[in-house]
Amino acid sequence: MSDMKSMSDKTPNSPERRRFISAATVAAGVTLVPGVMLIEVAHGRPEDQAASSAVRWGMLVDATKCASGCDECVSACSTENGWTPVAESQHKKQAPQWIRKLELQDPLTQMETNLPMLCQHCAEPPCVDVCPTGASFKRADGIVLVNRHTCIGCRYCMMACPYKARSLVHEPLNDTQKPDVPRGIGCVEACTFCVQKVDRGDGTTACVEACTASGHNALVFGDMNDPESEISKRLRELPTKQVRADLNLNLGVRYHGI
Amino acid sequence: MASITFREVEGSSLKYWMLFGGIGLFVLFGFLSYLYMHHHGHVVTGMDNQIVWGLPHVFAVFLIVAASGALNVASIASVFNKPMYKPLAPLSAILALALMLGGLLVLVLDLGRSDRLIVAMTHFNFKSMFTWNVFLYSGFFALVGIYLWTMLDRNVKAYSKAAGTAAFIWRLTLTTGTGSLFGFLVARELYGTSMLAPMFIIMSFAYGLAIYLMVLAAAYAWTGRPLGDAVMMRLKSLLAVFVAAVLYFVVVYHLTNLYFAKMGSVESFILRDGGIITTLFWVGQIVIGCVVPLVILLSGLGRQRSWIMIACALVILGGIAQMYVTIIGAQAYPLDMFPGMTMKSSFYDGVIHTYSPTMAELFLGLGGVAIALLVTTFAVKVLRLLPANLDDATVAKLEH
Repeated sequence: MSDMKSMSDKTPNSPERRRFISAATVAAGVTLVPGVMLIEVAHGRPEDQAASSAVRWGMLVDATKCASGCDECVSACSTENGWTPVAESQHKKQAPQWIRKLELQDPLTQMETNLPMLCQHCAEPPCVDVCPTGASFKRADGIVLVNRHTCIGCRYCMMACPYKARSLVHEPLNDTQKPDVPRGIGCVEACTFCVQKVDRGDGTTACVEACTASGHNALVFGDMNDPESEISKRLRELPTKQVRADLNLNLGVRYHGI
Repeated sequence: MASITFREVEGSSLKYWMLFGGIGLFVLFGFLSYLYMHHHGHVVTGMDNQIVWGLPHVFAVFLIVAASGALNVASIASVFNKPMYKPLAPLSAILALALMLGGLLVLVLDLGRSDRLIVAMTHFNFKSMFTWNVFLYSGFFALVGIYLWTMLDRNVKAYSKAAGTAAFIWRLTLTTGTGSLFGFLVARELYGTSMLAPMFIIMSFAYGLAIYLMVLAAAYAWTGRPLGDAVMMRLKSLLAVFVAAVLYFVVVYHLTNLYFAKMGSVESFILRDGGIITTLFWVGQIVIGCVVPLVILLSGLGRQRSWIMIACALVILGGIAQMYVTIIGAQAYPLDMFPGMTMKSSFYDGVIHTYSPTMAELFLGLGGVAIALLVTTFAVKVLRLLPANLDDATVAKLEH
């Protein structure tokens, strides 16, 4: 038996060998092609340079660390992106919510779980499929966005999203708008993974910063394609799930502890 | 085969202009509702981020589905070579165009950015069922328009069968597209099934024919032209077959869902616990829309003109109830992101969503119906769409 094990370790397909080859390939890539160095792509991006598919932005939510009653991530998102917090809105059912806290409970075991729900930035986004004008789109780096200029407000994407991640702007906007977060009445919007911050090179999102600052550390953001990124390392260690994994949408947000 | 004389409706009487004005008033109300909604945004509607498609969609989809169904009488004439239906065909085609126009107007005026309609016509995503529908609607106008032309102009009459066949195939595709707007949605339990496409087709047969019959009877009664029982009896039997088929599809659809445990709770919502949705399903869609019309049409009552009209009106009301259950009911039931868990959030996760349509939405929807009727009322005045005489003797001659 031990002979067989040692033999299998030496076969061309052994995990060790695969890891070595992939590490070597990455090292070679990073060293030999300075123009497209992965590290550079992950840090800021000149305006004239398109988003790169070498990167896939993603988020890890550790629901075991997400505290009941805490909504730091939601407030931070609202402040960063300029949408009115639902508590302050006059029309609560019509108020946009880019991120929200979900409280889950298993009726049988009474176990409670807290987690933030936001756009899952699917690799196969149903909202992008159904959008008649192509206003819903996925960037090469995996961020799913709505083009404010071509969204006609048909709300078909809201019908198609399995996560209820999108909101329609139902009323004229007040002056809380941010210059780098365009919004508009009659258009559909959702979490952008703080694309303005990502493109500036912050390498994180407002919700993740807030969660870390509050000491909960339930959220990690980063490049899932970079094996050395914190998110990749954590995803390798922690068992995670995708919400509605049965739909096979290959989500950019992965949950631990659900 | 005996020839038949088509004649415009004179349309100069006070009664005609009162009808025209009355319908026009609803068109005006619809337009004012649109301006109100467009100015303030969807905040003045009952729609929200839970119920994203509301009453305007109920009317719009109903009208679009009924439009393709209204073309059926013409299709029977030219595609299936039934001479008795030939004189009925022009009205069928114009009604199809008018209903489609009404439905589309409601659909586009309910957009969050209806001012960007040009964007929808210049930017296409061919993976979207909506995009396909844009082409299906435009093609419908073109093909039915050409078909109507071949019926009205003797010079191109030879092409009538070809045009009619093309329009028939197109309308089946179009309703497949309408059903697939919902059928191609993966997120909601009650959608995401190919069953919706054929179900919408059979529903279009029933709703379109019911509207056609009411318009035909009204046009003949109000203009004093003779309309024999032969035509009415033939069409009401056809309506009974269509309504029975609708009932069959609805039963199979829900029985299949009930068989799967994962669908148990959404089905109990529609069939038992859904409040207004459940009432609209059982009382509106099933009893008013299917059972009572079937009893009327298949019993002795169905031999009386007034009872046939009541049956038609019930089929139409049942159809609107069906669209309400299909569109609003499926959204009212919360998304099941974590099966087996209860959910709570500030975004109304895990709770049944309520919806109270506002007057603006109602009048926008009714505006679409009014546009369809106004176009039809005007068209029969300016075009030779209606035979001068459809009494039994005239119709009998057509069949020999």
